Amino acid sequence: MFTARNKGRFALVAAAAGVSLALAGCATGDPLDETPDPTTEPAEPGTSESITVGSQAYYSNEIIAEIYAQALENVGFEVNRQFNIGQRDAYIPALESGEVDLFPEYTGNLLQYYVPDTEATQSDEVYAELQGALPDGLQVLDQSSATDQDSYNVTAEFAAENNLVTIADLAGVEGLILGGNPELEERPYGPTGLADVYGVEVSFDATGDATVDALLQGVVNVANVFSADPRIGENDLVTLEDPEGLFLASNVVPLASADLPQEAIDVINAVSAALTPEGLVAMNVQSTTDEQSPAVIATQWLTENGLI
Amino acid sequence: MNLFADAFAWILNPGNWEGRNSIPQFIGEHLWYTALAMILASAIAIPLGWYIGHTGRGRDIAVATTGAARALPSFGLLFLFVMIGGVANRDSSVVIVLALLAIPPILAGAYAGFEAIDRRVIDAARSMGMTERQIVARIEIPLGLPLLWGGLRNAVLQVVATVVLVGFVRNATLGYPIVQGIQINRFDQMLGASILIIVLALLLDAIFALLERYATPAGVRVGRTRDHRTSSTRRRAAGGATPASTEKEKSV
Repeated sequence: MFTARNKGRFALVAAAAGVSLALAGCATGDPLDETPDPTTEPAEPGTSESITVGSQAYYSNEIIAEIYAQALENVGFEVNRQFNIGQRDAYIPALESGEVDLFPEYTGNLLQYYVPDTEATQSDEVYAELQGALPDGLQVLDQSSATDQDSYNVTAEFAAENNLVTIADLAGVEGLILGGNPELEERPYGPTGLADVYGVEVSFDATGDATVDALLQGVVNVANVFSADPRIGENDLVTLEDPEGLFLASNVVPLASADLPQEAIDVINAVSAALTPEGLVAMNVQSTTDEQSPAVIATQWLTENGLI
Repeated sequence: MNLFADAFAWILNPGNWEGRNSIPQFIGEHLWYTALAMILASAIAIPLGWYIGHTGRGRDIAVATTGAARALPSFGLLFLFVMIGGVANRDSSVVIVLALLAIPPILAGAYAGFEAIDRRVIDAARSMGMTERQIVARIEIPLGLPLLWGGLRNAVLQVVATVVLVGFVRNATLGYPIVQGIQINRFDQMLGASILIIVLALLLDAIFALLERYATPAGVRVGRTRDHRTSSTRRRAAGGATPASTEKEKSV
């Protein structure tokens, strides 16, 4: 009896000790420390002809990265593709450490990464401020006219019913539910920004990947969708205008290491000059609807625009 | 930066205990989804398990399917259900997926509880003239309770840990601070919510351990059986603790 009880007690103490040890083990090494290991060298160090192009885990971004890569290969550079790296917090350290040389980015979101409380909203302001905000060793090349930014969308019927053209028109509508990714709730252009800038009161629903479906099924009445998303056109959604500049303009911009060769810069700037908002949406449609690979879409676009 | 200190600071921050997206709201939602899933799963698995346990029919199928069902990827299943059922019905989808997760352990507990009963006890009951209904109600269900409670305890632990997935389809439950935290790099709320889920799981497990102990007829508590008359090497759910042995235990 006694031994049995003592055994139980001992097991409990041992388990508690084990748990605390395990927790202590977690605390000593910071698992979130993103500093790259100094022993791992960049993929192709030193060779000026080899350029590493990276991309986000986002199909539209990968298409643009593929365009950069093929344009560079066309003029004789050796290109290393590091696609699908993930989100900004994962790949910016890779750019800063020189593992990646070139990355398609978006001006507004990139500026907010470096200057979270930025006041700039218009395209040129954002681009100008971004150039000053980048750390040494990184540069942005010319921005393109193509944008891919957050936007508030409603269904065509809802817009007609309530005479909606701009976000400000939402102010008189009762019982609005805003759908979007979970992070939208905490963003400056989220529910708080809507109330402060436009006086629009909304409740929030974190519909995540199902945001467009939620809007179409009437679960939410306003949805945050990226402006280059083909589903806006396919579903006849109405993107509300943003006269007060709630959203930061986010143009596609190449983020590059400072030592990118001038010849490569010229090639990429030519690509950015040719990339239009309509062109970007059209390529996204080819990816989502026609299910073509980024490489095929990129080759086709470069050929059409006479760049290769 | 000490992550654990940040996480506890997030939990203890009074601002997180009131209004929209407060910790009590998240905990309440977490328990609500857990309860709905457990009720649905129990309503299906307990009668079915008892039927299998009493008749022995479909036992092989039950063993095979419950074993396989434990390997179901709940995350994929949730998205499949939400896609099929639509965003408007996502709450039902969530509850169904969680219930699917809870059914195997409950079902196993229900039929295993019946099977663990000494056949001689049932034969004795039958020879005394008890009907099948009486055997189930008066012998098998009470004697099977310890293992059924064990199954329920397993199930609730799995469900309370998996409710986190709700955070991917709507802003509710303790899963939401975690899912949102991934996107906005808020490690304090991710770890804080994780700690709360662990505490919740341990509390529920403790409550079910107590239920397992006290909601069971005193004579059939597993592991407390002491039969002085035979020297069986196997411990069985059946049999009774004599008043003498209960007294002895208390005096220790």
